[in-house]
Amino acid sequence: MSPKAPLFKIEPRREVSRGLLYATPLLAVALTVVAGFFIFLAMGYDPFLALYHFFVSPLLTVYGWSELMVKGAPLIMIGVGLAVGFRANVWNIGAEGQLTMGAVAGGAVALAFWGEETALTLPLMCLAGIAGGMAYAAIPAFLKTRFGVNEILTSLMLTYVATLFLSTLVYGPLKDPLGFNFPQSRMFGDAALLPILAGGTRLHLGTFIALAIAVAGWVLMTFTIVGFQVRVLGQAPQAARFAGFSGPRLVWLVLLLSGGLAGLAGLFEVAGPIGQLVPQISPGYGFTAIIVAFLGRLHPLGIILSGLLMALSYIGGETAQVEVGLPQAVTGVFQGLLLFFLLASDFLVRYRLRLRGAVAVQPQAAE
Amino acid sequence: MFKDLSRRRFLAGSTAAAGALALGGRTALGADPLKVGFVYVGPVGDFGWTHGHDLGRKAIEKEFGDKVKTTFVENVAEGPDAERVIRQLASSGNKLIFTTSFGFMNQTVKVAKQFPDVMFEHATGFKTAKNLSVYNARFYEGRAVIGTIAGHMTKTGKFGYIASFPIPEVVMGINAFILAARKVRPDAEIKVVWVNSWYDPGKEADATKALIDQGCDVITQHTDSPAPIQTAGSRGVLCFGQASDMTTFAPEQHATAILDVWGPYYVERVKAVLDGTWQTSNVWQGFKEGMVEMAPYNKNLPGEVVEAAESVRKGIIAGTLHPFTGPINDQSGAEKIPAGQTIPDGDLLGMDWYVEGVSA
Repeated sequence: MSPKAPLFKIEPRREVSRGLLYATPLLAVALTVVAGFFIFLAMGYDPFLALYHFFVSPLLTVYGWSELMVKGAPLIMIGVGLAVGFRANVWNIGAEGQLTMGAVAGGAVALAFWGEETALTLPLMCLAGIAGGMAYAAIPAFLKTRFGVNEILTSLMLTYVATLFLSTLVYGPLKDPLGFNFPQSRMFGDAALLPILAGGTRLHLGTFIALAIAVAGWVLMTFTIVGFQVRVLGQAPQAARFAGFSGPRLVWLVLLLSGGLAGLAGLFEVAGPIGQLVPQISPGYGFTAIIVAFLGRLHPLGIILSGLLMALSYIGGETAQVEVGLPQAVTGVFQGLLLFFLLASDFLVRYRLRLRGAVAVQPQAAE
Repeated sequence: MFKDLSRRRFLAGSTAAAGALALGGRTALGADPLKVGFVYVGPVGDFGWTHGHDLGRKAIEKEFGDKVKTTFVENVAEGPDAERVIRQLASSGNKLIFTTSFGFMNQTVKVAKQFPDVMFEHATGFKTAKNLSVYNARFYEGRAVIGTIAGHMTKTGKFGYIASFPIPEVVMGINAFILAARKVRPDAEIKVVWVNSWYDPGKEADATKALIDQGCDVITQHTDSPAPIQTAGSRGVLCFGQASDMTTFAPEQHATAILDVWGPYYVERVKAVLDGTWQTSNVWQGFKEGMVEMAPYNKNLPGEVVEAAESVRKGIIAGTLHPFTGPINDQSGAEKIPAGQTIPDGDLLGMDWYVEGVSA
């Protein structure tokens, strides 16, 4: 045995405790809080006050909850769609681009009807949003099923194309004619905006649709044949083939589903809190949703919780900046810690570490 | 300079006393410090735009001490998040809020409507309200100075420009730069690379490399990080700092920098709130008022080049030189502004065309 052999040996556990698997996200959150406590202490802030503003004070008002929903809704919608794909081992990394294209398609409808909106405008925008996201996800689907191109690369790279396409539009044909040449479209008409559900907040209809979608996702995955096929394809592709499930058909299905949901999430952003097309629509929701999907154990109901938790970490970070003067980078550190603890505890639930030293040293000593 | 300003503002103020009185009573008295909030688009450590605004915030703290309490939120995305941050600052007791990026405009307008007691100041935008002022600096004046230096120093006659978004502010800067440079070097041209971000050190550095590889021997930027300076410095290429003095990133090549000096304006506005004389304004100030300044010239610049640069700066202050004086041709070479005419402020603020010598 070479002296550089790792000290530990990694072994898969024979039996993985289901209870522990569900407990790890909570454990990860708890560990993050503990680690955060010491980080704040070391930085010279009052750790209790900082944690209070990070995790508690945003939840004390109705307005705080409404903001949590507004911020969490796109993460949940996109996360649910992605999780279905991840279950099938189809890795759509380009939800950000599909979100952008959905916003573009739906926003274009809003602008086409500008000043002449009817009751049909908003539903039409939603359909266009879904279609936009689907069409954009169809490109990696086609390339994967037809030519075997890795969807991780194609979907990711198309994200940048989508962002530039949006820029072209808001700097060009969709630019507000009265906007001093600044790169944004007109503000959408009132009938093209999602209705606000509670006065004085930004809680829009889309947030509830997002929750409904998560429930629908759970029904799809748990109670339907399609959900079963998706799971089999992910866990045992050979078995899926023997059972006669069409792999390409399922690849198309999950990519269109996740693309459509991302597109709708994008449309909800522009028809909700933004109210117009601007050069940048999402602060990275499409990427953050990947974390959300895994944090939620790829389970639609878990994703509701993880989406809200992730939203809280952003909003709490802002609150802590305003109230305690905590630097913004701490928010990033916090999210990083959360993911680190989650993956680490996840790993330890599935694998065990065995000290190699004790076994390895003895034969050498005998020489 | 600052005294001058407040006197002018005071005179203007006395003509509209009613509005000022309405805002006055609420803020001036009481022992509680005035809470002042800042919303930044980048990190305070960007060494550029946001750093400049943060220096302004510190100037307020230095001037007023215990009478004010400042808070800032950094790295705020231009979009729905900004609205929440601005609202949060307003509802946690800040009475004066500076939102320091163009992309915060509509969000500032929305929150200003909901908090009529809070006064808002939005940088570089164009929408005002009863409790919302806008302020901006005439950065193009600085561009004329560095353009003059570039015209003298270039060998290839090609300049590289790392730009953020083609909004009028940026277009204006590109035009001012090349107009000044072509007065010295009539065949000079400028190549623009859009990075579609205000702050993206990686992309900015890549763009700089590409431009230098294409033969540009002067690099300038309208983005907020010092990455282009660092890259240009390591390749021995002349460059100009943006918004803050970036000399440390390229001590030999950093010719000078256009400095944004927000401190005096911020101090003035805080004072107005404390005195109860704050009212909506729309200012666009430059060298003359001190909102734009030049960093010290690099010792490596020849004396006559510094002299030429200084004569542009002094000419602008004296009012004898306007960077946008005709004849000005557009990209196709057709005359757009006849000799002797200058482009009025309103047209500059909506500028959507490039002058001759720009390839963007």
